[in-house]
Amino acid sequence: AMNYSAKDEVDGGPAGPPGGAAKTRRPDNTAFKQQRLPAWQPILTAGTVLPTFFIIGLIFIPIGIGIFVTSNNIREIEIDYTGTEPSSPCNKCLSPNVTSCACTINFTLKQSFEGNVFMYYGLSNFYQNHRRYVKSRDDSQLNGDPSALLNPSKECEPYRRNEDRPIAPCGAIANSMFNDTLELYLVANESDPKPIPIPLKKKGIAWWTDKNVKFRNPPGKESLEEKFKDTIKPVNWHKAVYELDPEDESNNGFINEDFIVWMRTAALPTFRKLYRLIERRDDLHPTLPAGQYFLNITYNYPVHSFDGRKRMILSTISWMGGKNPFLGIAYITIGSISFLLGVVLLVINHKYRNSSNTADITI
Amino acid sequence: MERELPAAEESASSGWRRPRRRRWEGRTRTVRSNLLPPLGTEDSTIGAPKGERLLMRGCIQHLADNRLKTTKYTLLSFLPKNLFEQFHRLANVYFVFIALLNFVPAVNAFQPGLALAPVLFILAVTAIKDLWEDYSRHRSDHEINHLGCLVFSREEKKYVNRYWKEIRVGDFVRLCCNEIIPADILLLSSSDPDGLCHIETANLDGETNLKRRQVVRGFSELVSEFNPLTFTSVIECEKPNNDLSRFRGYIMHSNGEKAGLHKENLLLRGCTIRNTEAVAGIVIYAGHETKALLNNSGPRYKRSQLERQMNCDVLWCVLLLVCISLFSAVGHGLWVRRYQEKKALFDVPESDGSSLSPATAAVYSFFTMIIVLQVLIPISLYVSIEIVKVCQVYFINQDIELYDEETDSQLQCRALNITEDLGQIKYIFSDKTGTLTENKMVFRRCTVSGIEYSHDANAQRLARYQEADSEEEEVVSKVGTISHRGSTGSHQSIWMTHKTQSIKSHRRTGSRAEAKRASMLSKHTAFSSPMEKDITPDPKLLEKVSECDRFLAIARHQEHPLAHLSPELSDVFDFFIALTICNTVVVTSPDQPRQKVRVRFELKSPVKTIEDFLRRFTPSRLASGCSSIGNLSTSKSSHKSGSAFLPSLSQDSMLLGLEEKLGQTAPSIASNGYASQAGQEESWASECTTDQKCPGEQREQQEGELRYEAESPDEAALVYAARAYNCALVDRLHDQVSVELPHLGRLTFELLHTLGFDSIRKRMSVVIRHPLTDEINVYTKGADSVVMDLLLPCSSDDARGRHQKKIRSKTQNYLNLYAVEGLRTLCIAKRVLSKEEYACWLQSHIEAEASVESREELLFQSAVRLETNLHLLGATGIEDRLQEGVPETIAKLRQAGLQIWVLTGDKQETAINIAYACKLLDHGEEVITLNADSQEACAALLDQCLSYVQSRNPRSTLQNSESNLSVGFSFNPVSTSTDASPSPSLVIDGRSLAYALEKSLEDKFLFLAKQCRSVLCCRSTPLQKSMVVKLVRSKLKAMTLAIGDGANDVSMIQVADVGVGISGQEGMQAVMASDFAVPRFRYLERLLIVHGHWCYSRLANMVLYFFYKNTMFVGLLFWFQFYCGFSASAMIDQWYLIFFNLLFSSLPQLVTGVLDKDVPADMLLREPQLYKSGQNMEEYRPRAFWLNMVDAAFQSLVCFFIPYLAYYDSDVDVFTWGTPVTAIALFTFLLHLGIETKTWTWLNWLACGFSTFLFFSVALIYNTSCATCYPPSNPYWTMQTLLGDPLFYLTCLIAPIAALLPRLFFKALQGSLFPTQLQLGRQLAKKPLNKFSDPKETFAQGQPPGHSETELSERKTMGPFETLPRDCASQASQFTQQLTCSPEASGEPSAVDTNMPLRENTLLEGLGSQASGSSMPRGAISEVCPGDSKRQSTSASQTARLSSLFHLPSFGSLNWISSLSLASGLGSVLQLSGSSLQMDKQDGEFLSNPPQPEQDLHSFQGQVTGYL
Repeated sequence: AMNYSAKDEVDGGPAGPPGGAAKTRRPDNTAFKQQRLPAWQPILTAGTVLPTFFIIGLIFIPIGIGIFVTSNNIREIEIDYTGTEPSSPCNKCLSPNVTSCACTINFTLKQSFEGNVFMYYGLSNFYQNHRRYVKSRDDSQLNGDPSALLNPSKECEPYRRNEDRPIAPCGAIANSMFNDTLELYLVANESDPKPIPIPLKKKGIAWWTDKNVKFRNPPGKESLEEKFKDTIKPVNWHKAVYELDPEDESNNGFINEDFIVWMRTAALPTFRKLYRLIERRDDLHPTLPAGQYFLNITYNYPVHSFDGRKRMILSTISWMGGKNPFLGIAYITIGSISFLLGVVLLVINHKYRNSSNTADITI
Repeated sequence: MERELPAAEESASSGWRRPRRRRWEGRTRTVRSNLLPPLGTEDSTIGAPKGERLLMRGCIQHLADNRLKTTKYTLLSFLPKNLFEQFHRLANVYFVFIALLNFVPAVNAFQPGLALAPVLFILAVTAIKDLWEDYSRHRSDHEINHLGCLVFSREEKKYVNRYWKEIRVGDFVRLCCNEIIPADILLLSSSDPDGLCHIETANLDGETNLKRRQVVRGFSELVSEFNPLTFTSVIECEKPNNDLSRFRGYIMHSNGEKAGLHKENLLLRGCTIRNTEAVAGIVIYAGHETKALLNNSGPRYKRSQLERQMNCDVLWCVLLLVCISLFSAVGHGLWVRRYQEKKALFDVPESDGSSLSPATAAVYSFFTMIIVLQVLIPISLYVSIEIVKVCQVYFINQDIELYDEETDSQLQCRALNITEDLGQIKYIFSDKTGTLTENKMVFRRCTVSGIEYSHDANAQRLARYQEADSEEEEVVSKVGTISHRGSTGSHQSIWMTHKTQSIKSHRRTGSRAEAKRASMLSKHTAFSSPMEKDITPDPKLLEKVSECDRFLAIARHQEHPLAHLSPELSDVFDFFIALTICNTVVVTSPDQPRQKVRVRFELKSPVKTIEDFLRRFTPSRLASGCSSIGNLSTSKSSHKSGSAFLPSLSQDSMLLGLEEKLGQTAPSIASNGYASQAGQEESWASECTTDQKCPGEQREQQEGELRYEAESPDEAALVYAARAYNCALVDRLHDQVSVELPHLGRLTFELLHTLGFDSIRKRMSVVIRHPLTDEINVYTKGADSVVMDLLLPCSSDDARGRHQKKIRSKTQNYLNLYAVEGLRTLCIAKRVLSKEEYACWLQSHIEAEASVESREELLFQSAVRLETNLHLLGATGIEDRLQEGVPETIAKLRQAGLQIWVLTGDKQETAINIAYACKLLDHGEEVITLNADSQEACAALLDQCLSYVQSRNPRSTLQNSESNLSVGFSFNPVSTSTDASPSPSLVIDGRSLAYALEKSLEDKFLFLAKQCRSVLCCRSTPLQKSMVVKLVRSKLKAMTLAIGDGANDVSMIQVADVGVGISGQEGMQAVMASDFAVPRFRYLERLLIVHGHWCYSRLANMVLYFFYKNTMFVGLLFWFQFYCGFSASAMIDQWYLIFFNLLFSSLPQLVTGVLDKDVPADMLLREPQLYKSGQNMEEYRPRAFWLNMVDAAFQSLVCFFIPYLAYYDSDVDVFTWGTPVTAIALFTFLLHLGIETKTWTWLNWLACGFSTFLFFSVALIYNTSCATCYPPSNPYWTMQTLLGDPLFYLTCLIAPIAALLPRLFFKALQGSLFPTQLQLGRQLAKKPLNKFSDPKETFAQGQPPGHSETELSERKTMGPFETLPRDCASQASQFTQQLTCSPEASGEPSAVDTNMPLRENTLLEGLGSQASGSSMPRGAISEVCPGDSKRQSTSASQTARLSSLFHLPSFGSLNWISSLSLASGLGSVLQLSGSSLQMDKQDGEFLSNPPQPEQDLHSFQGQVTGYL
């Protein structure tokens, strides 16, 4: 590479009269160019760092306590209904021969659940985050794009077409949609055997943006069945997508909220998904009073084959979401450790008090 | 001439040595005029028949035209070519491979297009950079291509204006004064009557002096103006090459005559025409074939050591990547096997419905993992490093402390990518002349005809300059008052006007502003500081000179005026004439073109042909009537043609030999000739008389304006010295030199030949005709070692011979004394040639000149023939002053743990003295001198030295470890001062070095050298210099830096890891070859200690951080694999994954990498030992790397599992969970960087803030942009949702802090308990100044006691002598005078012993009795020789101890040789140091012995001398 520049040749040539236009090559004496920018120069020694540790400790421990208390105030009950144990009422449903199976599980709430109660179903050992699984969907189809509806993305393979018709919704995620039905009954009192069904709200469990922006039924005025007439239901489904909630037009088809929730693939193999809302009726009555409940399960979803578990979870929520004892404990632990290290540093600083007594570091 | 080989000579000599005949024949180019009508058949010389001009053009087309095209690309070729170049980088190929892997559906991890993005981004950035560079090159090319110049047009029959790019080979170009030469042009015509032209080559080689160029022989004689249309000759010359100093070829005229062409005929592109109104010539090489462009090799690419180490770690990362991927693949295989048979809902079969076999799944997973984890090998690493380095270079360039006002130049970084190497240097190899010294030659003293003139007043004057240097703030006194520091001699009045003109410069030489002004004034002339100009003459000598002058003025019209002078006075006169004219100094006045006031000779000179010679010299000789000459001339007249004359000349050579014997008759002949050339003489006389008529003012004025431009500073120094003796060079033309003397007036010497300096002959000569005697004189000036051997052997029979012999031995003694003082010595000699001798020589010389093929060789031989049988006139001592701040710089660099080697071509004595002057050698330390005459001797010597060094080694290593243990300077003030006995220094001469560098000995030599504090290699050739550097570099695996200023240092500079050039006076070759160019040696201190350290520390930390960052990030993904069935799924959105390194986390580390200062500059300079951290690679060593990786793994664990547990069994989806993880990673990175950053400027804050801001804003925008895009993550509204989630903030707060707590804790712990030197330095720097003073004092104590004091006092004494206390020096000179009184005795050891107070040092003590009384005698000595505490009287008995130590059975062969008895020719070595171990081997002695090691030892002259 040449660096033979015009300047070399031209400027160097008829060297200007000396003294005239004294253009020196002297660099600018600016703080930036001379690397003299005003700077804060912390030095990490025991003396300078220990305040940091104390401050962390002092901040974290209260936060941790706060979180811990909040988390402890959350009521949560978890009922495993997989039925692997022979004693379980749902054990009968494990047999592959049973096509439609229903079972009921009794449970007791020792404390009443105040406020809105969230009903989840939880799955364990279910790898919704598997790479090929996560990919296996067509967002355009789900957004109601007519062309994608009839010609789903290749990502949906092998759940793209069935019997030469496009699958709607296509892909493995949709195909494996959770299809148990859970119903909750309160046994009002021992005398009255007729349980009171708890009203479970189907809507409002999905993200608003998902329901209104991401997921859409195909456009058109005709009925849903008409819209999906050229498609076929996913292999594993018992009913077509337009039959997910026949009662409510706004919760049917792709915008069925159970479907939307399912399509949001869980991060970890043990996860829960919001199933229903139990809304608070008024301030006087707890949403779920303490007492005995029945959980009616229409058992469709096979998890036993891959050692999965199915759970039903009822939980109240707080400002920080569901029950999570970990974060509070973590804050308290880290805060304590930090405080402890601070003490260690303090000791060291006292013992080895050296020249660095200018404690002007406050990371 | 002692100068180390200038470039031209060096390459010329290499050309001379190698027979080039064969290559020459295959590599010629034929050039003919483009103006010739297109000829066909008769055009035989070119070979190919050319019918049409077009055809001919076509033929010529293979010759490059003058269009400059330095661009690499065209519009069309840019994309493919640039991509092609970029893919030469392995990393780029790797990343593209990964990106392409994404297109394979089975393994793809990201959207294929997206995966290409970063690669494309990097490629695009590089491409844009290249494009921009190319465009700026194109613009400059365009600018140059469209410069105009006058080209002869065939159609219009005149010169017309053309663009440079339109010039082609064979065109005729006319150039005016101050124009730049557009191509390599053969000079055919010049407005100068002598056919001369001056060019300034500053653009080419940086040399500011004018070079002379000459019209091709045969064209200079043209009477009418040169007409290109009549030019029919054909030029045959060599193919384009890059040798600036060589051009060979011949021009064949249409009549078949040939004339040789050489470099004097060629005008090189890029140079500027000066002092000549107009020139014309034919283009020989154009465009890229010009020598200027062929020499332009562009910037260099080196790979720094850190980068090499980093690449090694990158390989580790690759290995890690493969391991992780393999692990995942196996995991995935197992997972698939487990779940497949169970018909898991989430196990997605292949597209055809078949299920994937575990093995296939594993393989797919492996590749996918590689794609997903590609961040481990960071794509941005290389780009970031490049950016950081460019910024570092920018800041180094901008450092005002590295700016030299005097030369208006700052430090130049020529290599962009080895800045951090500056922080790891262990060995510095320095040139001496021009690097350590100023290369400003100042005349100090001289000896003429065996009498020494000590020039004490001159010495005082120099001392005053030294003082003036230190008193910079001294206010300039009014211009009207005449400086008192001016010379005190009688000449003062003469120079009065001159002095008042430059009075300011007098007072403040060396002060910055003044020096700058001076440099501005002397833009066109080098070597013109008043310090060099105003020499105070020695009164005695001045008296003698003026006596000569007066006498000759009276006797000038007598027959042979010089004969009436006493031999001594005659020598004095000749001495000064030689000083004045034996050089190539050009006299100019810078403002106007040279006034051609000249004496016209009848003939053009110099003598170029035999006929020329005959015409000029024979008539007088014929008239002389001398029989032998008569014979000669008759034979000559009988053969009219010159060629026929030649054999007759050679036949007459015997006669000529006879004639030589009759040398006494020569003057008479000459005087006859003188008389006979009456017409000529008249013109001289008139010239002289006019001069005499208008004495005084006019001349003064004239002289006041005179500037001497010399090719080397020595020459100028001598000319200025002669001028101080009123023997002023007033004019030099091509063929004549005018010297002005006060009484004699202007003497014009006819200059017959100039045999230039070359490094092999080490001398130069001029052949002149003396105007007073009309004799042909040869004046030779050269290195004493050479000239002394060429003297006319003088018989000891007659008185004259004895007298001569005495003079020679005296002169030799003085030369030795000069060398002791560190002066550069030159011998001046003269030879009187008889006309016949001259004729004989001339014949061969002309043959040599005319020869085309082996011209250099023949010319060399011709010169050697001329320079024999010389008559010694005298010798001069020139002082090459140390550069400002050199001792301090060396001391600092030493403290910084750098070993400094000086490799010089100078002689040993000079080198040693300079070494003492610049504190490279210390009087307190031992010096091992290695001078061997044969391989075996060298081996034995090395063994001895090694055993000696090892014998004292355990002690010294113990001490070293002690001082290492004492943790810090601030805590343990005593530690450094306990280091009482430093390791010895080694001095080795060129010949021994050659032996030592042999394969068999190099290890020993190196081992010895490693033990030594400093090494001094004298008399080393450029090749040896580079070999030494190469040896150290390869064997010791240490970083080396070579610094030099001259062409002789180029090879060394190129070999070293870091090459530094001094952009000084000796041209630009060194700078061109260097990686960094500094204006002065002292800037090296800041460059290394501050910038080197910073660059290294910054880059090391940045690279470590890079690795940490990527490992930590990849760690997050890896832990996730355990929870996604090792399916290579990523919870982090692909966008974040891909752009995280590139955008979100890159800026802060760049800012830190560019701006971070671990220790402030002043602290680094104050405590140079901090530099050692870089040398020992403390910041970036394997341990640091792996610790970093472990920390990264830990941090990733924390940053993964805190969000994992926080979101365990929740309804969070993959990417809503991945986003907080990403945010946590970002915060962790920033906090980590915060811990690592040592200085926080607002830029750091800004960068961190910007990174955070960028991440969130990009995330928000990205998450809003599209509801259905970006599968599979489709993160619509994720970030927005997260921002409303308190859990997000809580995890983002705790995870980074939890991850970094250990690091912070350990940092604090380490900073408190085991602080590194650097940390201590930072702590020290932070303290307020009053607190700081205490440790500072301890530092001062760290130096040997009294060191700083002596340093101060010594600065005030003069020159290289400064380290020697005055009285010791005078003792030395007394001693030498004693010696010279009895030169015969000098060889006798006993005589020396009795004559001088031999001293001995602690070394001997240590050897004999392990320093039994080293402290006691020291006190005693200090009385004898105050200021130097380590001298000690010795007695012969102590030598016995030494011999016993060396187990030399026959001590009798130990020879005590005085250091000052070099005249004895035994090649003994001078030792200035108080303690020196000197071993010498005599060649003859050795050869007589069979090479048996034990016996070899017998013949050694191992001697330990300790005098002076």
